[in-house]
Amino acid sequence: MLTLYTRRRITNAVGLTVSMFAMAFGLFWLCWILITLLGHGLPALDAAVFSKMTPPPGSDGGLLNAIAGTLMMSLLGTLIGTPIGILAGTYLAEFGQRGWLAPITRFINDILLSAPSIVIGLFVYEVYVVHVKHFSGWAGALALAIIVIPIVIRTTENMLRLVPNTLREAAAALGAPQWKIVNFVTLRAARAGIITGVMLAIARISGETAPLLFTALNNQFWSADMNNPLANLPVVIFQFAMSPYEDWQHLAWAGALLITLSVLTLNILARVLFRQSATTH
Amino acid sequence: MNAPQITNPKLIVRDLNFFYGNYRALKDINLDIAEKMVTAFIGPSGCGKSTLLRTFNRMYQLYPKQKATGQIMLDGGNVLDPKQDLNMLRAKIGMVFQKPTPFPMSIYDNIAFGVKLYENLSRNEMDERVEWALKKAALWAEVSDKLKQSGTSLSGGQQQRLCIARAIAVKPQVLLLDEPTSALDPISTAHIEKLIDELKKDFTIVIVTHNMQQAARISDFTAYMYLGDLIEFGDTSTVFTNPKRKETEDYITGRFG
Amino acid sequence: MKSTLLHQARLKQQIWLDMMFRGLTRLSAFGVLALLLAIIASLVMGSMPAIEAFGFHFLVNPEWNPVTDEYGALVPIVGTLVTSGIALLIAIPVSFGIAIFLTELSPRVLRRPLGIAVELLAGIPSIIYGMWGLFVFAPLFADHIEPWINDHIGAMPVIGPFFAGPPMGIGILTAGIILAIMVIPFIASVMRDVFEVVPPMLKESAYGVGATTWEVVMKIVLPYTRIGVVGGIMLGLGRALGETMAVTFVIGNAHELSQSLLMPGNSISSALANEFTEAVGELYTSALIELGLILFFITFVVLTLARLLLLKMSKREGKST
Repeated sequence: MLTLYTRRRITNAVGLTVSMFAMAFGLFWLCWILITLLGHGLPALDAAVFSKMTPPPGSDGGLLNAIAGTLMMSLLGTLIGTPIGILAGTYLAEFGQRGWLAPITRFINDILLSAPSIVIGLFVYEVYVVHVKHFSGWAGALALAIIVIPIVIRTTENMLRLVPNTLREAAAALGAPQWKIVNFVTLRAARAGIITGVMLAIARISGETAPLLFTALNNQFWSADMNNPLANLPVVIFQFAMSPYEDWQHLAWAGALLITLSVLTLNILARVLFRQSATTH
Repeated sequence: MNAPQITNPKLIVRDLNFFYGNYRALKDINLDIAEKMVTAFIGPSGCGKSTLLRTFNRMYQLYPKQKATGQIMLDGGNVLDPKQDLNMLRAKIGMVFQKPTPFPMSIYDNIAFGVKLYENLSRNEMDERVEWALKKAALWAEVSDKLKQSGTSLSGGQQQRLCIARAIAVKPQVLLLDEPTSALDPISTAHIEKLIDELKKDFTIVIVTHNMQQAARISDFTAYMYLGDLIEFGDTSTVFTNPKRKETEDYITGRFG
Repeated sequence: MKSTLLHQARLKQQIWLDMMFRGLTRLSAFGVLALLLAIIASLVMGSMPAIEAFGFHFLVNPEWNPVTDEYGALVPIVGTLVTSGIALLIAIPVSFGIAIFLTELSPRVLRRPLGIAVELLAGIPSIIYGMWGLFVFAPLFADHIEPWINDHIGAMPVIGPFFAGPPMGIGILTAGIILAIMVIPFIASVMRDVFEVVPPMLKESAYGVGATTWEVVMKIVLPYTRIGVVGGIMLGLGRALGETMAVTFVIGNAHELSQSLLMPGNSISSALANEFTEAVGELYTSALIELGLILFFITFVVLTLARLLLLKMSKREGKST
């Protein structure tokens, strides 16, 4: 009896200790990565980064054109992807109870959600870049939009499902047609959650590199023409970090820090917004 | 079952059956709802009283696999007729739910929402209508100075009166109340009961309640339901003081349920 | 009087708007379906030249030679599968431990901040992991860990050959480790989320009969949440299979098949990232697109299998209760 009890206690102690080590192990790597990022990135982050263009090797420069390109493509990708995502998510949550389209779309959306982003880039290359015969900012924005859509669909559907049915019934009981119920009551009630989802999607695409490699490519010079190859932070970081030139590597670290900080800020903002709306309800 | 003498029925229910998938939740219901009176449905939970109420404005139609057969006559038309326009029907029949359901918008917009659906009112007329509805719902004094605030900022009792104001603002003919006080404190409940008494001058009211005292206090007619059957229907005073059926007597005297 | 208030025309307009709106949402949902079909179709069309030239031999051919225009997918396929396998092998137990710590052991004050930290780390762009792997981890790994692995594990029978070879820092094993570090936050935060929905009553009942914390986790929490746990692992696997940037920096990009995990290799996504924009000739491009198609197919299969598994598990659950 006592031996069994002792054995159980030992198992317990060992198991829990191992869990604690797992936590420490996980945090160790992640802290190390962040510290490296700060250590290399902060010294490289100066005014030139925000005011000069990407340089040829061996000369001074910054990341201005890449920052602008990333902002433009992320913004456009979000603007294209969000409405489609919200509409499709609304269909899944509000209209799709009957029929075959909703379950299939839900399954396909899951696949798109974890589809390798590089394959999305390949797809846009095949259907767009090949036909216009040159890389362009539009192609990059399109690839990013395809990444935004499934994220927004998922959050829209989930958030709409959290809206109590009685709210829909109350609007229906007044004789409101369905499009009004959805637009003025349920989507409004789910607004904070959906905005959070969109912000998380922006955070996701602003760090995406792979789909831009074959679509926007890169551009060493300032360009605001979406019809040309467009510089963007992730691809610049990739090229500069893989290069043998030290000043390019410095810029890559500065860009990496910049991207990480903006992604983390977006994530935190989204969280704060969501919590605020949750407490006021 | 001997039906009470109702000379001016607003709703006439005949052979009504209701199904959740294959489950028959209402069995051959026949009853009349008297105009500008309060009719109460009572019974243990799961007896079908809410289901019956929700057939009157076909609220069940929001969900797949629910259907009703039979007749519910309103102004000479059958509510259950598939050709009946749903939104039009629901504009004529207002509903208030168990839990308050303020929309995520201002108090003013909450009330204007339903009115705007079917009427083109000027700014002034709309202001008047909102004030009228809030006064009818005995809420005006409490919210007249904060109409722009969110409807969700009100207390539970106030929210429920806001929902009643919203329902009557479209000037329906029938008002359906689905356990409107079960989520409220006793003081708010008293408010709303008094309000129901006022409202029956203008509206035909049907209320579902699990509170027998409430039914006795505010209704003119009472229907007792059990397991999808309408067991007894009559004048409230008769049902409570001199029930015809043993089951009804057992329920209202608390021996069961 | 009432019916004059309810404008008939207005009603017609509403019915029409209702149909329009419903149609619009339906069209968008349909667009998602069309998108997937378009992706598959475009990849298949792009791969046709390579499929016609190499057939099924493409899948098992280790050769990848742009000069002679001969291409085979074996090396990148193996690289993708092996790196993802190594990543899961490390990430699953660690994530499980983190989830247990966060739900059962952590002091209340630390619970929220640590949980948020794990979630935030899941959002860090993968290129950061790749850079860190190349500049920080790989040199250290080459100088300190790999010689030790060579000496101790490399000499063992059976598993030895997997851990032999020059300590270069970059290679399959390094890529797998970086991937593991990257997917740990994903899997851990899903596991934590599902552990948290276990009703406290259930756990208290187990504690009430004298179970230890470990027993509660293994015998109550884990069985109760296994569907969600499997879902989280599959999410991590999906990430690992398709990940490009974290891998490309450290895998070595060598089209060679070697037994040792310390040797450079290639994965599908890093072959694409490195070679696609520089590929000349129809067959070269087409072979790369076929690699993309294979990658998409693998993730598709993994997800579908996960779906079926979850369906089966929840069905069995439905029967047993």
